[in-house]
Formats: sequence, C-alpha cells, structure tokens
Amino acid sequence: MKLKSLIALPALALIVAGAATGCASAAGSEAKGVEAKAKAGQLTIGIVFDRPGISQKNPDGSFSGFDVDVAKYVAGKLGVQESEIKWQEAPTAQRENLIQNGQVDYIVAAYTINDARKEKIGFAGPYLTVGQSLLVRADNTDITGPESLNGGKKLCSTVGSVPAQNIKKNYSKDVQLQEYDTNAACVEALKSGAVDAISTDDIVLAGYAAINAGKLKVVGKPFTKDSYGIGLKRDDTTGRAKINDAIEDMIKDGSWAKAFGKNLGPSGYQQPAAPAVNRY
Amino acid sequence: MEILTEYGDQLVTAFTRTIQLAALSAVAALVLGTVLAAMRVSPVWALRTVATAYVNIVRNTPLTLVVLFASFGLAQQLGITLVDPKSPTSITDSSFRLAVLAFSLYTATFVCEAVRAGVNTIPVGQSEAARSLGLGFTQGLRYIVLPQAFRAVIGPLGSILIALIKNTTVASVIGVAEAALLMKEVIENTSALIVVGLIFALGFMCLTLPTGAAFSYLSKKLAVRT
Repeated sequence: MKLKSLIALPALALIVAGAATGCASAAGSEAKGVEAKAKAGQLTIGIVFDRPGISQKNPDGSFSGFDVDVAKYVAGKLGVQESEIKWQEAPTAQRENLIQNGQVDYIVAAYTINDARKEKIGFAGPYLTVGQSLLVRADNTDITGPESLNGGKKLCSTVGSVPAQNIKKNYSKDVQLQEYDTNAACVEALKSGAVDAISTDDIVLAGYAAINAGKLKVVGKPFTKDSYGIGLKRDDTTGRAKINDAIEDMIKDGSWAKAFGKNLGPSGYQQPAAPAVNRY
Repeated sequence: MEILTEYGDQLVTAFTRTIQLAALSAVAALVLGTVLAAMRVSPVWALRTVATAYVNIVRNTPLTLVVLFASFGLAQQLGITLVDPKSPTSITDSSFRLAVLAFSLYTATFVCEAVRAGVNTIPVGQSEAARSLGLGFTQGLRYIVLPQAFRAVIGPLGSILIALIKNTTVASVIGVAEAALLMKEVIENTSALIVVGLIFALGFMCLTLPTGAAFSYLSKKLAVRT
C-alpha cells in the first residue's frame, strides 16, 4: 500500500499540471488581439523593473527608460493614454507564458528575437539592434574586447542567460565565469573588484555605465548581433502590423533618437543606427 | 523529448552537482547540528546561550540571504574565498565551497533542534542513572542519551535532508552549476517553461522520494521500543 501511494503521487502531480496548461492555452486563444484591447482602453504591458536606462521602476512608483518610452509611444499610436496603461513585471523565464496566457498584451523588455521564441509568440520590430559587450571599471586599461580576457580574467554574467552560455561555449578556456542571479549583483562584484568584467547586451551595460558614470565603462565592439523586438500573441497579425507601424513612425519622427539620448546618453555609449522593421 | 535528448548529459552533470552539494552539506550539518544540540542541553550557561543565539539567528534568516552573504560578505568583502585565488578554476570552486558552507550552517540549526527534541524524549532517569554510574556530562550524552535520541528523530532528520536537497537550488544565485542553474539555461533556450519545470521537478522527486522512503523505513526499524 505504502509503495503504491508513493508512485501515485508524482502521477497525480503530472495530471494536475497537465490540466493547468490545458486551461491556460484554451483561455489564451479566446482573448482579443492588441488592437481590440487598445480600443477598449485597457492595455497591459510587460516590462522589467530593474534595468537602469532600459526600464526601471522609480522610487515614486513611475517607470522610466528607453523600453518604457517605446512602450508608451506604441500605446499612444494605438490610441491608449499613458494613464490607461497597466504595467506588469515580466520576469525573463515567464515572458512567453505571460503572452500566451493573455496576462499581458505586449512585452517591451529587452526582449531578444530568436527562433525558439518565435514558435511561441510573435515579434514586432526590431526596435533596437544590440550586441554582447563588456563592462569594466573605468580605470581598467587591459581589457579591450573578448580576446583580451585571456589569462584567467574573471567575468560576471546573469545565471542561465544567453550571454553567459555564449561565454561558457566560446571563451571558457580564457576566462572564469561567475554567474549571479541579477545584473545588479554583477555590478556590485565588479565595483568591489571580485570580477574584472561583466558581459551582457551592450545596451544593458550602457544603462549601468550611465548610473555609474566615471566608475564603469563599456569597452570594445559588440561581439554578437541581436535585435530587441516587442513580443505579442503569435496569431495577432493585425496587432503586429499596427505595432510595426508605430515603431516606424517613432524612428521617422525623431522620438526614437530623443528617447535613446534621454535614457542612455549619459553613458557615453554611441547611439546605434535605428533598425529596419522586419515584417514576417 | 527533444529537450531530454539534447540536454541529457548536462542533466546528469547538473544533478550530480546537486547531489554533491546536498551530501557534503548533510554530513557537515549533522556534525555541527549535533554539537549545537549538545551545547544547548549542556549545564554550562555560556555554551547554551551561544548555541541558542546561533540557532535563532541563522534559522530565522532566509536561506537566499545566507547564501548571498557567503558570496558577497565572506568572499568579496572579507576575502574568505576558501580557494587558492590563482587556481584556474577558483571561481567555480569558491562558489561551490561557499554554497556548501552556507547550506551546512543553515541546515545545522534544524538538525540541532531535531536532535534536541530527541534528547527531550529521553526520560531524566536515564541521565541520572548515567551520572550515578560515574559518567560525566559528555560521557552520558555520548553513550546513553544521544544514541537513543537519534533513534527517536530519524523521521524528522529525513525531512530536514529532503528540505536540504531542494534548498540546494538556491545555490544557483551565486552561480553554482547545479540543477536549478541548468533549468534556467534550458528555459532561456527553449522557452518551454512548463515542460522544463516538470522535467526538473521529476528529477528532484527521483532524489527525494527514495530519501523519504529510506528514512521512514529506518525510523521504524530503529525506533526505541519501550
């Protein structure tokens, strides 16, 4: 009897979990597209709360950053006032699920476009071209790019992130990798001297360089090429077209460059060229 | 299924790391916890106070904070990295050892309380009998009280071990390459949150269910019958 109940337990857990996912996907397909939600004046946008310069929750409860400005501009083009936007935190691992379950209408959160994600959700944009780069202390002169990390330099990156995996795969002979669960923890380690450099998307690093001006700097050319897109439901093609229009307008009327300068200008990071929207 | 074939080797490596973390921490926690329990039941006021204070402080601190303190407080601020800084794998080794240290210090408090509960189940007459035979406090504890106390708390110790096995997932916050860290990588690459979550949940059940079964068998087999 005892043994039987032991085996039954995980089986039960599987059934419950299976039922839960079933419900979630069923509810997702019934929800309306971004356009309909915008017309009803109730837009929920997923962002991250802890990336300086990109999107950050301020002490007074407001949000600021380049992603936030993009999200607001797109919402404005969809006819939604700033005050009508509901901001929702979208942790990295949950982003696809939040979109599929309809808990957010779209996500603007340093969201890299890739094929595995495209199978689950749709991407409007890209609205920004990024690449993996290095952040070092301002007085450091011997690290100039990934080649200069030879000799057991210590590098920090966030746990499980693509940049961390990239380092493990391509540079593991040259460097030691310390993984922490947040970029902020890596920044602390860099400041205290426990690590020599931090690696992730250059734009994220630029945000940290901007709030630590004079102490930290971004060095070298980006050694990968990625694009940030706006994630939304995969089958919502009209919504995707609308958001793509909005991104193109934002680039054309100069708001894009203004938002970049305002949020990431202080870092000294050179503004990249605006990307061309990819309508697939 | 594709996930299993693609990440099969890495799954084995990661879960091996989890088992190493749990096993080393369990041994250290058992030793330290027993010492703490002995201090808490000792007739010396100072030992009792120190042990009680330690247990109450560490047991009531979130584990994530204990682990982060090991990495940021000990390693970065105080320079206690537990490795030769010139070693080519110093970061990996340091994170692993600091994690074992943190888990041991944390779990020892629970072991201490379980063992102390066991000691309390032993009738006072037993230690009085030990004393009348001429055994001192340490001897009485060593030969009379603790052997019986341990046999009374095998069940609770099993629960603590299961909790420890699952707690090792916290080590990923300081970059120890155990199961939870691999899980984050796989989710990042496949975006299959629920499937990947289930695979790792099953992996942990493979570790914890036999542990639970073994401890309930042992607790019955070794129970002190009076």
